[in-house]
Amino acid sequence: MQMKNLILTVFLLALTQRYAEAGEFRVALVFDKGGKDDRSFNSAAFQGATRAKEEKKIFLKHVEATDDNAFEPLLRSLAQKDFGLIVAIGIAQADAVKKISAQFPKTRFAVVDAEVPGPNVKSLLFEEHEGSYLVGAIAGLTSKTGKIGFIGGMDIPLIRRFELGYEAGFKKVKPSGKVISNFIGVTGEAWNNPAKAKELALSQYGAGADVIFAAAGASNGGLFDAAEEQKKFAIGVDSNQNWIKPGFILTSMLKRIDVAVFDTIVEASEAKFTSGTRRFGLANQGVDYAIDQYNEKLLPEAVRKKVDQLKAEIIAGKIQVPDYYRKK
Amino acid sequence: MSFELAMVEQLAGSTLRVSTPLLFAALAGLLCERAGVINIALEGLMLVGALAAAAAALQTGSPWAGAAGGAAAGAVLAALYALTVIRLRSNQIVAGTAMNMLAAGLTPFACKLLYGSSGATPSLELGARFGSAPIWLAWGLVLCCWAWLRFSVSGLWVRFAGENPEALDSAGISVNRVRWLAVLAGGALAGLGGASLSIFLSSSFSRNMTAGRGFMALAALIFGKWKPVPAAAACLLFGFADALQIRLQGVALWGDRPVPVQFIQILPYLVTILVLAGLVGKSRAPRALGLPFQRD
Repeated sequence: MQMKNLILTVFLLALTQRYAEAGEFRVALVFDKGGKDDRSFNSAAFQGATRAKEEKKIFLKHVEATDDNAFEPLLRSLAQKDFGLIVAIGIAQADAVKKISAQFPKTRFAVVDAEVPGPNVKSLLFEEHEGSYLVGAIAGLTSKTGKIGFIGGMDIPLIRRFELGYEAGFKKVKPSGKVISNFIGVTGEAWNNPAKAKELALSQYGAGADVIFAAAGASNGGLFDAAEEQKKFAIGVDSNQNWIKPGFILTSMLKRIDVAVFDTIVEASEAKFTSGTRRFGLANQGVDYAIDQYNEKLLPEAVRKKVDQLKAEIIAGKIQVPDYYRKK
Repeated sequence: MSFELAMVEQLAGSTLRVSTPLLFAALAGLLCERAGVINIALEGLMLVGALAAAAAALQTGSPWAGAAGGAAAGAVLAALYALTVIRLRSNQIVAGTAMNMLAAGLTPFACKLLYGSSGATPSLELGARFGSAPIWLAWGLVLCCWAWLRFSVSGLWVRFAGENPEALDSAGISVNRVRWLAVLAGGALAGLGGASLSIFLSSSFSRNMTAGRGFMALAALIFGKWKPVPAAAACLLFGFADALQIRLQGVALWGDRPVPVQFIQILPYLVTILVLAGLVGKSRAPRALGLPFQRD
């Protein structure tokens, strides 16, 4: 009998977990495999959502998928619990968002890094090649050997887009320079494999590269370790990662996912949600290079000037940064 | 010439580093399986070892304390595994899978409680990380394990626990006690494997950082025919294939077009299949592997 009571109590407690108060706008955030604390891509999204929660009256729920097959059931169960807005982070969720958004036309969805058509879906895309071009130029202006490295998580078009822009920026300032390029793996584990990233970085440093840019989620930590050990430079990605190993991280290629997510949540909570694709590039500060107290000594005035000039030329359309998505 | 020499040197260094966690894990699996207990929980044991090692090294500033912490945490999870499969005689594959899931969920949770982040522990200073000690330790353990299994009485007990537990029992030795100790020691070894990931090959614990290495070690164990030295050689081969693929990416082998990255990346797996398919000959598991022991 006592046991029964206990079970009943637990059950009732489970039922009374905190629900949104009346008038609160309900937002759900679905991270991809990297998880909320990847210090990179997902962390940026979480920052944006947290800021929205602090400034607006919203109820925020966030969940992480353990594998790629979990996205669809996660999104479906959130859609059934009538959230006003569901934000899906990462290209791996594209198919799941496409399917679930069609099944729940009244729920609004936003997806980062993928373009999903639909009257209730907003696609948040970033011009990664533009930001990568700038950090490539910084790498070129800093490199003494004329060789730089690139480490991607997986060999997918999104990551090739980083690589192509980076290479173009580098070649702009060092036309005869060389880029060494490596990829970590062929499955989602690649975003969580710092030990492998470190080996790749050591091999690139060993081959003469003195600046390496990695777009590899939580694996980026391995590059920073290698940079510290070899006393060479690394470039971070997505979030501002300069603080992780001050003195060795030259800069970070910023993708302002935080801004995109914040804006989207605020618009939706004010009933101003619009579907369709929104692009974030250099022109609207959606991508950029990071400068703060951790790296200002590493970037001399001349370098910053040159890079800011390149930035202005890209915004003005004088420089066309090659885009892997439009490459034939 | 000097360039090629440097290349070979780098390749060798990389091979030794990459294979170190595999060595620890393969030895862990070897101990358990020679004693008759299947251990597919290596992945999970390594994960808790990686977290505990990072935490202990962070706390004390000493990599050796970190290694001890990793080994201890591995042994604790292994004790839970031993309890379910030896004492309660549950299915070893199912229980092993459960341990892996438990570790995959528990480690980010514990990390969140300790450091407020489910993704990674704060990164360690250079002084709190290992230089090359784990490589020596791993190879030393391979030799110890080989000599112990071959020449010592207790090593003989372990082999009998896996091959012919009835005979061991009739000699008056408790089969289940031998298995318990083997699983616990295996847990500690796998914990060291995890520690070598978090405080040797990188500078912090991060989620699921084992990335399948526990299963790679299991494959090495099988094609090393459940023997320490061949299993270690198999780990080295995996490590070499991995190190080689790092250096072959983007290199044009013939003509001027580089081989697509995906083809290069399948190299370690291709090596596994080829070796398993023809080169090693028959690999036979211990006879009583996976069978719980019960006195009639």
